Amino acid sequence: MLIYACKRLGVAVLVAVAVSLLTFSLIYLSGDPAMALAGEAATQQDIEYIRKFYGYDRPLAVQYADWLTKALTGNFGYSHYLRQDVAEIIFSRLPVTMILGACALVFALTLSIPLGVVAAMRPNTMIDRFALTLAVVGQALPSFWFALILIFWFGIVWRLLPISGTETWLNFIMPSVALGYYVTPAVMRLTRAGMLEVLASDYIRTARAKGLRPPVVLFKHALRNAVIPVVSLAAVQFGFMLGGSIVIETIFAINGLGYLAWESIQRGDLPVMQAIVLILACFYIVLTYLADMLNAFLDPRIRVT
Amino acid sequence: MAPPQDIAAEAVAGSRAVLNVGEILEPAPAELLRRRIFGHAGLLIGSGVLLLIVMVALLAPWLAPHDPLDQDLTRKLIPPIWHDSAKANWVYPLGTDGFGRDYLSRLIYGARISLLIGVAAMCISGIIGTTIGVAAGYFGGKVDMMVNFIITSRLSLPVVLVALAVVSLVGNSLWIVISVLGLLIWDRFAVVVRSSTQQVRNLDYVAAAQALGCSKARIIMTEIMPNIANNLIVVATLEMAHAILLEAALSFLGLGVQPPQPSWGLMVAEGKGYMFFDPWLVGIPGAALFALVLAINLMGDGVRDVTAPERRN
Amino acid sequence: MSEILEVASLSVDIPLASGMLHPVQGVGFSIGRGETLCLVGESGCGKSLTALAIMDLLPRTAIRTAESLILNGEDILNAGERRMSDLRGNAMGMIFQEPMTSLNPSYTIGNQLEEALLRHRRVSRREARDRAVMLLEKVGITAAASRLRQYPHQLSGGLRQRVMIAMTLMCGPDLIIADEPTTALDVTIQAQILLLLAGLQKEFHMGLLLITHDLGVVARVADQVVVMYAGQIVETGTAEQVFAVPRHPYTQGLLECIPIPGKTRRGANLGAIPGMVPSLIGELRGCRFRQRCAYAMPVCATDVAFRAAEACDHVYRCLLTPAQCADNAQRKVPA
Repeated sequence: MLIYACKRLGVAVLVAVAVSLLTFSLIYLSGDPAMALAGEAATQQDIEYIRKFYGYDRPLAVQYADWLTKALTGNFGYSHYLRQDVAEIIFSRLPVTMILGACALVFALTLSIPLGVVAAMRPNTMIDRFALTLAVVGQALPSFWFALILIFWFGIVWRLLPISGTETWLNFIMPSVALGYYVTPAVMRLTRAGMLEVLASDYIRTARAKGLRPPVVLFKHALRNAVIPVVSLAAVQFGFMLGGSIVIETIFAINGLGYLAWESIQRGDLPVMQAIVLILACFYIVLTYLADMLNAFLDPRIRVT
Repeated sequence: MAPPQDIAAEAVAGSRAVLNVGEILEPAPAELLRRRIFGHAGLLIGSGVLLLIVMVALLAPWLAPHDPLDQDLTRKLIPPIWHDSAKANWVYPLGTDGFGRDYLSRLIYGARISLLIGVAAMCISGIIGTTIGVAAGYFGGKVDMMVNFIITSRLSLPVVLVALAVVSLVGNSLWIVISVLGLLIWDRFAVVVRSSTQQVRNLDYVAAAQALGCSKARIIMTEIMPNIANNLIVVATLEMAHAILLEAALSFLGLGVQPPQPSWGLMVAEGKGYMFFDPWLVGIPGAALFALVLAINLMGDGVRDVTAPERRN
Repeated sequence: MSEILEVASLSVDIPLASGMLHPVQGVGFSIGRGETLCLVGESGCGKSLTALAIMDLLPRTAIRTAESLILNGEDILNAGERRMSDLRGNAMGMIFQEPMTSLNPSYTIGNQLEEALLRHRRVSRREARDRAVMLLEKVGITAAASRLRQYPHQLSGGLRQRVMIAMTLMCGPDLIIADEPTTALDVTIQAQILLLLAGLQKEFHMGLLLITHDLGVVARVADQVVVMYAGQIVETGTAEQVFAVPRHPYTQGLLECIPIPGKTRRGANLGAIPGMVPSLIGELRGCRFRQRCAYAMPVCATDVAFRAAEACDHVYRCLLTPAQCADNAQRKVPA
């Protein structure tokens, strides 16, 4: 198990390096980052000042090394637009996005796992068809449209929920639903498929032959095995959600990382853009690594050799 | 003891009896496929709706009653025909938007944009993903490790963010959007093609082809590709739907297709401000997106069910 | 000797898209304390379904009907699911065919053994553990105490099957049903496991319903033999009766298919039964073996009842008289 953990860690680090390279090269897509950063109304002087300030005149390798080493210590540079250190801004906005992501994940799991379990226990019945229909519909629904529909009915017509900002916990309800529903079909299907397979397995038959009561058979024996792949999927989907939060945050005017990303893209604030992409990517890498480890831990066949 | 010929006759009679007693002879494969296709409601509905949308897109110039780009502020915000208002009329059956443009015509031309982007991005990502997937699955070893590494790196990138960033830096013509999407969504192609190729690669007829001395390229084209085709089609439909949704999100945020083009995502964004009084501006293009993506997904699910029913759901 | 299990006219029907399947029809037998009954037949003859029907572990769509089903004097045909789950693993236990997949890979052996006891008895965890160790040793597993902490994947197939046996013994059942317990194991281990089962049965004075298609096994351990074909019982009797004087043409055919030391001559051809098992879907009339039977007569197409041989506990389902059966048997044995 330890060897496995180290090997996966090595891979994770390599991937992080590759991603950092990609993120670094992102700003060169426009040709001249100094010009992009300076904006349209800049004079040649402004552009040169920016080039010097951000070190865009140095050789690429040096720039990359410098940027990476600074990033590892938490220094993501300085944003002229916001007149703040990038790290400061990002970490002030991060908690809101984390909360939103967590709520969305909780919503998604609370809805999809029980639904998948029940659908597997009663295949081809009404509840099963309902679950599968929900999955199909959920996969086809554009997230921004769903968010607007929620706002229209719950915010405008019925006036039940606030439609923007983050004052109270009520503000988080619609954004969490709008963000989380996209994950629901995949998790529901995986849970259902996993449960179907597990319920048909021999050890469940043994458990029933021992006279164990149905809840024990379901939770202790069946779910314990069926949920292993779902854990990995949930971790991965959480990573996707954080990336997709940009749409939801802009619609609900939530001042999180996604909204910040949106603003900096609009303004051409390159250091902030770069930093956000890098942080989200690294977060995803950490998540998948943890999911791998959790997966291995839950399955004794991997944990105990 | 019965004489040998009687025992033989008995055996034949016995096996014929089996065929007569309750057993149904399996029909020919083509017939079986035909039956499965027409028995599958999702596949029929999905393909039907998709076909309808494709026809509408192709025949847009003849179907659309007005020019989708033609603005006239005197006729702005006319509600659709099902609204019970004095302004609604059959000249503009789906009403007009904030600039007075006919919504029906914009909807029809919007189908073109969605379908074009969906198909083009799907093709680009399909070529990229299939190539590296086949390479990884067929050659294994270091090539496989390399490809896995590339896939993992790509999966770590937040797609929407990167797409937005790239488009904002490079520019946002239609083809740039298509290329960016195509270069970002090939991962599922790679993963599925890789595992399918691995499965097929170990089968006997591939070994036979190798023993005959066929070149690797030939083996890939004639033995491997046809057998991963089923999975490939399913993934292709899923990624087409994915591309369409991504483009809609990008256009909604203003960094996809640019106004005055009638992208459905853009139409939703433009209608957002009027949602309080004129919700149809948001409802109609969104519903169109939903219908298109749903149809494609149903079709993809249907193809998967029909070609490999044992893997259903 | 009181009967532990009495089965009368048990049938299982399963509705399919193509019609109603009748994999088990009119099966009846009884097992006494300390007695071993072997249920014999080829794959697909309904043996396993019969066992599952007794335990009430059939698939949800299956329909079970019987005249009576009595375990230790208690009616288990109409007992609700609550009562059945109280009896399973307690008064009756079952051992399955596939030891490799019959244990939950996520829990230790000890956990799974203890839970079998803790479910039915109010004992402490420590007592459960002690009993588990004791039973593991009884089934021949060394270093039992440390084995408790192991996971199933760390044990071989033979060891796992021994664990399964220990697990069914945790509550001291009156009846054990073993569904082909050795089929998936190495030949060298098969004998050990069977002898173990037979020994434990004698020691704990239980009834044993052993399902198998291996006639050699039957010859060694059976007190009673029940031969099944296509869902019906075709012959019942003691082991001596059935092996020495097989009555039903199918039983005769079966015995011809295996070499019997002492009876089969060197170089003689082994028999084979031509044809295939008939489909069991839809309305079925008459003897189900008639398409493959060398002695079939037109009247075999109507329903066939049981006929007793001289000893009245040796019955067989055929229209041939005992004398005719004996003749056929004689003709088959090489002179």
